[in-house]
Amino acid sequence: MDVSPPLGLLAELTHRCPLHCPYCSNPLDLVRGKEELGTGQWLGVLDQARDLGVLQVHMSGGEPLARHDLVELVARASDLGCYVNLVTSGLGLTEPKLARLAEAGIAHVQLSVQGADTELADRIAGTTAHARKLAAADVVKRFDLPLTVNVVLHRANHHQVGPLIELAERLGADRLELANTQYYGWALRNRAALMPTPEQLAAAEPVVRAAKERLRGRMEIVYVVSDYYEAHPKPCMYGWGARQLTVAPNGDVLPCPAASAITTLALDNVRDRPLAEIWYDSSSFNAFRGEDWMRAPCRECPRRTIDFGGCRCQAFLLTGDAAATDPVCSLSPDRQLVDAILAAPADPPFVMRAGAPR
Amino acid sequence: MIRPDSRPRLRRGVRLTYDRVRETHVLLFPEGVLVPNPTAAAVLELCDGESTVEQIVAALAKRYQGVRDADVTGVLDRFGERRVVEWT
Repeated sequence: MDVSPPLGLLAELTHRCPLHCPYCSNPLDLVRGKEELGTGQWLGVLDQARDLGVLQVHMSGGEPLARHDLVELVARASDLGCYVNLVTSGLGLTEPKLARLAEAGIAHVQLSVQGADTELADRIAGTTAHARKLAAADVVKRFDLPLTVNVVLHRANHHQVGPLIELAERLGADRLELANTQYYGWALRNRAALMPTPEQLAAAEPVVRAAKERLRGRMEIVYVVSDYYEAHPKPCMYGWGARQLTVAPNGDVLPCPAASAITTLALDNVRDRPLAEIWYDSSSFNAFRGEDWMRAPCRECPRRTIDFGGCRCQAFLLTGDAAATDPVCSLSPDRQLVDAILAAPADPPFVMRAGAPR
Repeated sequence: MIRPDSRPRLRRGVRLTYDRVRETHVLLFPEGVLVPNPTAAAVLELCDGESTVEQIVAALAKRYQGVRDADVTGVLDRFGERRVVEWT
């Protein structure tokens, strides 16, 4: 089949993070600090990625500011002509630090916020974080950089969509992402505690709709409902191995950020194989490219060109078969698994995430 | 409504650049990448927040034959909708 060059690279520089969010979508087994790629290896990844066609680099983690070489990596990606996005908790994003990152060519900052008030936000983050995030947003605005505020929604903060929108306005955000938890990695472990109720969804919808209308042209709001509540799956990654690749802290190359969950997938590593070869020729990137891997009902479904059968990782995590139709789809023979999860009346406490070992 | 004296510019956070891998202009912004066609790229290159739509049309008419107002405002309209272009 005809494979296009990738547009985006999610560079997961480290799994180290000062936060302990119960909704973290990184894997249960975090990459240890000493297993991370070194500076030279990351610079090589960026060079290869640009040669391959990558135009957007998302510097992410964990907390990318935990890497002492972040400025150097940003400068390289920017010098190569990439649009560099910093995906951060904001902890450690001081004025001198951002001055150096801005000079190195950061194009945009995405700042996570856990709640609309300090008490709840710090409880979700598992540490004293909220006030420092507000200070970080202020620094971003002082450098006149575009700012996206990202809030992962779940049962404990879903009632706050109104105040969260007001907070993002006060922070001067250009964009606000209100995205429900995706149930991968650590978040899957907390699914019963994180899943919003139908009442919460019904209450949030008109609030978001009114705010979108009121803020049109000033602040864009992206609202994403949990796909468990949808009739059709999300168009995960716009198709497997179609637009984006992820490089994990240890150099593993993933077709989807959650793909390390698919234990049947043999992953390649940038230490062993050139990135272009992994993108075009590896078994992992070709496993679910195009439509040949699809079975019924996807194979004959007119929606296969819209949602590509949904998420492979979710199919694997819920059914044990990565080539199954995403079970959130109402046409999936496994949809009853999702309905049973939604019907479960559980409300256990969060299991907080421990930090990545050094 | 786009007027002849409107002054378009690329929205904050949007960059227009040339991609030597794909051999085409590309628009980069936080949520994605767009590949403008050559006409659109020529218009967007002149969106500096200083030049009016009238001046952009005139500048393009010097470089290309058969430039029409409607083509230029069509491009600006489309990229305004996509949050690529804003007005000063």
